[in-house]
Amino acid sequence: MSIVTLARFQFAMTTIFHFFFVPFSIGMALVVAIMETMYVVTKKKQYLRMTKFWGNIFLLSFAVGVVTGIIQEFQFGMNWSDYSRFVGDIFGAPLAVEALLAFFMESTFLGLWIFTWKMVSPKLHVVFIWLVTFASSISAFWILAANSFMQHPTGYTIKNGHAVMTSFSALLTNAQLWYEFSHVIAGAITMGGMILAGLSAFQLLKRRINEPDFYKKSIKIGLWITLIGSLAVLMAGDLQMKALVKEQPMKFAAAEGEYDDTTDPAALTLVAWANENQHKRVFGVEMPYVLSILAYDKLSGSIQGMNHINKQLVKKYGQRNYYPPVNTLFWSFRIMAGFGMLMLLVAMLGLFLARKKSQLLYRQKWMLWILGLCTFAPFLANTAGWLVTELGRYPWTVYGLFTIKQSVSPNVSVASLLISNIVYFLLFTGLAATMVALIIRELKKGPDYEEKLLHQDQRKSADPFDKEAFE
Amino acid sequence: MSSLQFLWFVLIGILFAGFFFLEGFDFGVGMSIQTLAHDEKEKNQLVATIGPVWDGNEVWLITAGGAMFASYPFWYSALFSGYYLILFIILVGLIIRGVSFEFRQKVAARQKNLWNWSLASGSFIVPFFFGILFISMIQGMPIDAKGNMAAGFTDYINLFSVVGGIALTLLSYLHGLNYIALKTIGPIRDRAKNYAKFLYGVLYIGLVAFAFLLYLRTDFFNVHLVSTLMLLVLMVVLTVIANVGVMRNMELLAFLASGLTLISLVALLFTGLFPRLMISSITQKYDLLITNASSSPYTLRIMSYIALSFLPFVLAYIAWTYYIFRKRISHDRYTEY
Repeated sequence: MSIVTLARFQFAMTTIFHFFFVPFSIGMALVVAIMETMYVVTKKKQYLRMTKFWGNIFLLSFAVGVVTGIIQEFQFGMNWSDYSRFVGDIFGAPLAVEALLAFFMESTFLGLWIFTWKMVSPKLHVVFIWLVTFASSISAFWILAANSFMQHPTGYTIKNGHAVMTSFSALLTNAQLWYEFSHVIAGAITMGGMILAGLSAFQLLKRRINEPDFYKKSIKIGLWITLIGSLAVLMAGDLQMKALVKEQPMKFAAAEGEYDDTTDPAALTLVAWANENQHKRVFGVEMPYVLSILAYDKLSGSIQGMNHINKQLVKKYGQRNYYPPVNTLFWSFRIMAGFGMLMLLVAMLGLFLARKKSQLLYRQKWMLWILGLCTFAPFLANTAGWLVTELGRYPWTVYGLFTIKQSVSPNVSVASLLISNIVYFLLFTGLAATMVALIIRELKKGPDYEEKLLHQDQRKSADPFDKEAFE
Repeated sequence: MSSLQFLWFVLIGILFAGFFFLEGFDFGVGMSIQTLAHDEKEKNQLVATIGPVWDGNEVWLITAGGAMFASYPFWYSALFSGYYLILFIILVGLIIRGVSFEFRQKVAARQKNLWNWSLASGSFIVPFFFGILFISMIQGMPIDAKGNMAAGFTDYINLFSVVGGIALTLLSYLHGLNYIALKTIGPIRDRAKNYAKFLYGVLYIGLVAFAFLLYLRTDFFNVHLVSTLMLLVLMVVLTVIANVGVMRNMELLAFLASGLTLISLVALLFTGLFPRLMISSITQKYDLLITNASSSPYTLRIMSYIALSFLPFVLAYIAWTYYIFRKRISHDRYTEY
């Protein structure tokens, strides 16, 4: 195995695992912030209990998100040192700013949020969780600023074989950044809502359940958040795709599985399989007009195929294979879009069935099952979406400027990479299993677990040093 | 050398110093959990002393890494790829340590000890291997003309680097014990001081060995005689002050002195390196210098604007957090949130 393959595998593995928890945390932070705000506004105890209960799930995901995030920052230098040298002048800045502006705020105010329930007023306390939500969104903004440069470089010049920043504002006004940012944040909101609704649905499916109302209320909040989030994802994704047609036509054509130039108007391929060696499609089922609408918002216009684009790229950048992994891209795109649409439909149907008068939702086991299983949908959609974005950039790390092969650390051995890959894999498997087990455990504990514990504790407390604690 | 290049060299030094001052006591508390604490309540008490702040303290490291990437991409690339396995071990340590805070609180009682162990071992691993990293770095590493480092086992692991690893671990441990004495009430407070009294004896021996090896294995005494000597003396004086603080029950003094010892150590490393960033053992020509490893003036200027306008706010809310959590923690009050 080559170091490039191993380094790519490691990047994919660590980033996918990390990105399970990033949108999970951003979404759940928002969910919890909304609940606590409702508590502060209405003063109903129920919302406080919801805040604490769902807050525990949020904290679990946050913990794993934080520790896997450190790997991301380190691995650019560890595995991709030539890339870091090439692009450090531009790429390092958003990373440093992310730490300074977002990570400090996020971690500090999260610490305050967890430990000051009885120390500050509810009005101040709710500010802490909003600051955490805000900070984690800014963190997404800065890391996506770095990623957007890789997708669509702006504001740079090449000097002595290195990319040098000429305009910081060009980095921030990169259209790609705003598409990515709105897409990711909307995806995170959808995820928060869907997990809330899905886990609540699982709770309601249990034979004996203490407080059905607690979870019914949670489902409703969750579905509203999912509805808003998935509508926003749809809009952001649509804009992003339209930009892609112009800026990264190869990615677009691969995601649609088009080897040859399409007819005018272009048909959307629903399912297909490609023979990647012979650069042609084995079979496909098409829907006329739809691709033209998606790409250009009108009933006409054709899309360039990959074979055509490959020739153009060879002419522009030299002889090289410019075909990304087509089947992976094609199917990832369909998984992403399919689950995105599914969540939107489920949210609409769920809200319809949960109307005050009928309350049908909570009596239909099949609907609760669908909701429950949809907990996993955002994970799949997010991962698939990033596969399209990152694999579709092949063979570049920085589009048009620097290739994956040029990027890897020349001095890192296969053995080192192999060891770290294996250990990370085992570590992530262990963490994932623990996460799932702990989330199930939190759900089993139910609301108010900690309060009950505290009461037991206080009854037993008769310690001579106790008074000193108030010094 | 431009003033901005100098500024960012100093800022990276400050970020690492801040990391070791703050996360240093977190590590020390983590190291103590399986030895100093006698029962689960005391373990919870220990964790509660750093619960609200440890994550923010770790951000100093992430910011240091990001700042290094942004202002000295060639340093970042050479260091991170050259120290691949060392940094990998540090990452594993940070991961098992970082998740343990949340996990140990939420798992069933019988699995709790697993996460206590992961907290303790992670807390040992990280400072020890950072010590190995920095002390092998100042001895010079085989860096070629392109800035790539391909080192062998003994370049990383040698007598001095191991002494450095132990010294950094010990300093963090003592800093943690002083923090525990400062932040707790109950039997554990006295126990922490007893541990510290004993370990300060060990630290004096360690410091002498460290200074001796620094003289033998680096060029610090040749290139920066005055500052190296002054900072070494400062470290000894601060250690004495911390030791006296422990003996005389002046807990805040002991804590500040042990923290400043860590800062002096970072200052010693950075001033000794100046104006180099990494020393090549192949030839002086291949040294990574402040002048040839930095980002463009434009990037440094943008970064300076951002850092200097936001850092005051960051420092202000961090200080406020420590003010909010200023109370001592007793072993029955840990659930007070």
